[in-house]
Amino acid sequence: MKNTISQRVADFLKNFPPFNFLDQHDIEVLSEQVSIIYKDKGAVIFTENEETHDSFYVVHKGAVELLKNQKNDILDMCDEGDIFGLRPLIAHENYKMEARTHEETILYAIPIAIFKPYAIKNSNVGSFIIDSFASNTQNPFSKSHSDKLYGSDFDTENTGEVIDKDNKILDLQPIKYSKKIITCSRAATAKEIAVTMTKKNIGAILVVEDMLPIGIITDKDLRNKIVTGDYSINTTADVIMNSPVITYSKKMTITQAQMAMMKSNISHLCLTKDGTANTKAIGILSKHDVMVALGNNPAVLIKALKRVKKTKAIKPIRAKIMQLLQGYLNQNIPITLTSKIITELNDACIKRVIELSLAKMKTPPPARFSWLALGSQGRSEQLLHTDQDNALIYEDVPEVLQEKTRKYFLELAAEVNKGLFEIGYDYCPAEMMASNPKWCLSLNQWKELVHDWISKPGKDEVLLSFIFFDYSLSYGDRELANELADYIFEDIDANPIFYVHLVSGALQSPSPTGFFRQFLVEQDGAHKDFFDIKRRALMPLADAARVLILSHSVKGISNTYERFEKLAELEPQNKELYLSCAYSYKALLKFRTKQGLLHHDSGQFIELESLTKLEKVKLKATFKTIKELQEVISMRFNPGKITI
Amino acid sequence: MTLKEKIIESLQILGILKEPIDESLNIPIESARFVVLDTETTGFDYVTDRILCIGAIVLQNGTINVQDSFEHYIDQEHFDKSSVQIHGIIRRDVLNHKSEIEVLQLLLDYLGDSIIIAHHTKFDITMINTALERNGLAKLTNKTLDTAVLYKRTLIKSNLLQHKDHYTLDDLADKFDISKKDRHTAMGDAYITAIAFLKIIRKLKEKNEIMLYQLFR
Repeated sequence: MKNTISQRVADFLKNFPPFNFLDQHDIEVLSEQVSIIYKDKGAVIFTENEETHDSFYVVHKGAVELLKNQKNDILDMCDEGDIFGLRPLIAHENYKMEARTHEETILYAIPIAIFKPYAIKNSNVGSFIIDSFASNTQNPFSKSHSDKLYGSDFDTENTGEVIDKDNKILDLQPIKYSKKIITCSRAATAKEIAVTMTKKNIGAILVVEDMLPIGIITDKDLRNKIVTGDYSINTTADVIMNSPVITYSKKMTITQAQMAMMKSNISHLCLTKDGTANTKAIGILSKHDVMVALGNNPAVLIKALKRVKKTKAIKPIRAKIMQLLQGYLNQNIPITLTSKIITELNDACIKRVIELSLAKMKTPPPARFSWLALGSQGRSEQLLHTDQDNALIYEDVPEVLQEKTRKYFLELAAEVNKGLFEIGYDYCPAEMMASNPKWCLSLNQWKELVHDWISKPGKDEVLLSFIFFDYSLSYGDRELANELADYIFEDIDANPIFYVHLVSGALQSPSPTGFFRQFLVEQDGAHKDFFDIKRRALMPLADAARVLILSHSVKGISNTYERFEKLAELEPQNKELYLSCAYSYKALLKFRTKQGLLHHDSGQFIELESLTKLEKVKLKATFKTIKELQEVISMRFNPGKITI
Repeated sequence: MTLKEKIIESLQILGILKEPIDESLNIPIESARFVVLDTETTGFDYVTDRILCIGAIVLQNGTINVQDSFEHYIDQEHFDKSSVQIHGIIRRDVLNHKSEIEVLQLLLDYLGDSIIIAHHTKFDITMINTALERNGLAKLTNKTLDTAVLYKRTLIKSNLLQHKDHYTLDDLADKFDISKKDRHTAMGDAYITAIAFLKIIRKLKEKNEIMLYQLFR
C-alpha cells in the first residue's frame, strides 16, 4: 500500500539509474516492497561465496566497500544511489565479493522477484544493466550476451557486480599507458642502454626481437648489476635483462595493474596485443602511470576542489586525499612532508566548504571575520577524518549592528559546520564549533573571554586554553586572528601565574606505561584494552611544547614538532632532548595515522596485539622521551606549588 | 518476607546487589520487535484534542519493511482548521479515513506486545490511551522507550557543556543528518524517530549497552 515512507523511497530512487527509466507509478509500486536496512560501520552485508539473498541493494546513505579474496583488497566503493549485489542474482551464482559498510549506512533492499519483471519489460533498464556489467569486465564480447541477460551462461569470470552510474570509480577504469615504447636489441650494451634511458628520461627499456618483447631492463637492473661492478659496462642486454617479460593485455584496469605489480614485485608491466609475449608490444605501464591514473596527485586534487560546485562533491575528493596519504605512508615519505601536503589539501577542502557556504548566504558578510581551526587541526597535525574543532572571530561593530552581525555569522557557521559534516568531519561532541554561540564572537568578546581564562585559571579554563591557543587561520581575515594572538601573549606576560597552571595541566596526562614498563590500556568503555595513543603519548608532547613555546613568546608556530625544533634552537643546552621530542612526535603521528587508515577511524585507540614487537619497542622509546621532557618542565616551572 | 528476601532487599537498597533483570528484556537489542510510532493531533490537550492520524513502522534487527507499515487517518467529528494547516491532512483522500475505533483496533493488532518507541512518548501514549478509554477499550500495556530521553544519554558530560532540557525531533534530525522531508506527518516523524533510535543505539553500544534491558534503566 502506498504510504509516506514508500513515497520517500520512491523520491530517492527516481534520481538514479536504472530506476529513472521507470515511470512514476512503477517506481511507487516497487518502493512499497523495499526494506530499509540500517548497518553500523564495518558491518558485513554478504560474504564471498555466500548464497544470494532475495534482494539486491541500493545505498541510500553512507558507503559500502566491495572486497575480494579475503585479502581485503577493496575493489569498489558504492555510495549514495549505487547498486550492488544485483549481478549474482541475475546470473544465479553465489556472491563473488564481500560487501561491507565503510561507514554508518542505510540501504534499500529491493526484492529481485519484484524488480525482474520491470527489467524485462523495460528495455532501457535491461540494457543499462548489461552495459554496466560489460563496462566492468575484461571480456569485450559481453555485449553479445545481451539477449541472454537472464540466462545462466553469463561469463562467470567477470567479477563486476557493480553498477557505477558514471565514471567516478576510477579503480575499475581501463588504464592509460605510454604508447611510445623505447626498445633496444639484445646486442645493445649496458652503456648504450643507460644513455638512451637518460636521454628519453625513462625508467625501463624493453628488449625486443622481431618486434616481440623478450626482456625488460629497469633502472634497478643497471644499479644492481652494472654499478655494483658485477657486470662490465659493455655487457649486452640479453645478459642483464629480466626474462621472460611479464605481459598483460591493454584492457586491464587500474586495480588489476596494481595487483599485477604487487604480485610479481615489479614496477613496469609490458602490454602486448593479446596479452601474451607472443604478440607485439604495444605499451609500457609504470607504477607512476598507475599513480597518475588514480588521480593521486595533489595538484590534480586542488584543481578538482576549485571546480567543485556542491559541498557533496568534495567527499570523493577527500577519499582520494586519504588514498594519497596511504600511498605516501607506504612509500615511507617523511611524515613532515606528508603532513604538509595532506594538511594543505585538507585546508583547501575546508576553504572550499566555507566559500560555498558564503555563496549560499543571501548577503555578503557584514564585517571582516576569520575562521579558526583549533586543536590538532590548528597545529596542522590532523591527517585523518576527525571531529571538527573550530571557532569564528568577527570584527567589532557598532552596538546597533551587533545583534544582526552575530546572527549572520552564526547562520554562516551553522552552514559551514553542516558542510564539513557532509564531507566527513563529525560534529564535535563537546560542541567546540563556530555554530555554538559560545565560539562565535567579536574580537573584543574573544579578548574578554581569553582574559578570563588567563587571569582566573581553573581546570576548565586551562583545558579550554589548551584547545584554543593552538588555533590557526582556515579562512578569512588574518589581521583579526593575529590581533587576538598578540593580545594572548601580552596578557600571559602580565599574568605569569597562568604558566604555572598551564604547566601542571601539561603534566597531568596519564602515564603511558605502568610500573613494569607494560603498556597501560583503557580499563573500560568502548575502547577497553586498547592503548590511547592520543591521550597517553601525543598530548603530553603537544601540551609541553605549547607551554615552552609560550614561555619564549614565539608566535606563529603552532605545529608541535616545529615547536620542538624551534626550542632546540632557542635552548642549546636541551637541544638533544627537544630534537628527540620532535622525532618522537613525528613517529607517533605516523603511527597513529597508519592505525587510523587501517581501521578507518581517528587512530586514537590502538589494539596492542596487532603491533609487531619492533613497533612496540619503537613506541616505548618515545615514552622515555616524554618522561624526560616532563621532568625538565616540572623542574623549570615547579608547578608543585599550586594545585588545580 | 523470609530472611533471605530481606537480605536481598537491603542489599538492593544499599546498591550492593543490583535489581534483578527482567528476563524478557535480557536479549540483544537486535532481537526485539519495536514499533516506532507518532500521532498527529488537533492540539496538545489530552481531553479536548483528538488524534488525526497514526503512523507507525516495525523495526527489527535494524530493518524496516516499508510494506509492513501503519498509516491511518481518523474521521473527525469536529474539524479544527488551525491544526489542519500544520498537518495538511485535509488535502488527503477523505475516502481513506476510518472511524476512531476502527483505527484503534488496527493499531492494537499491529502493536501486539512490541516495545513502543516514540519521541516524547508520554504524549503519544496518553493521547492513544485517552482515545482507547473513550471507546471502552483497555489501556496499552506495552513497554515504551523515548528517543528524547535516550538521546540525552548519548551526550558527553562535561563542565564546559550545557545541555538543553528538551531535544526536539528537529534537533535529533539535525544532529544525525536525517532528512526532514515529511516532517509533521505521522509516518514521516515515525521514520525520523526510527532512524534516530538506530543512531542512538549505535552511540550507546560504544558504551557497551547492547542488551535490551539496559535501555530501560
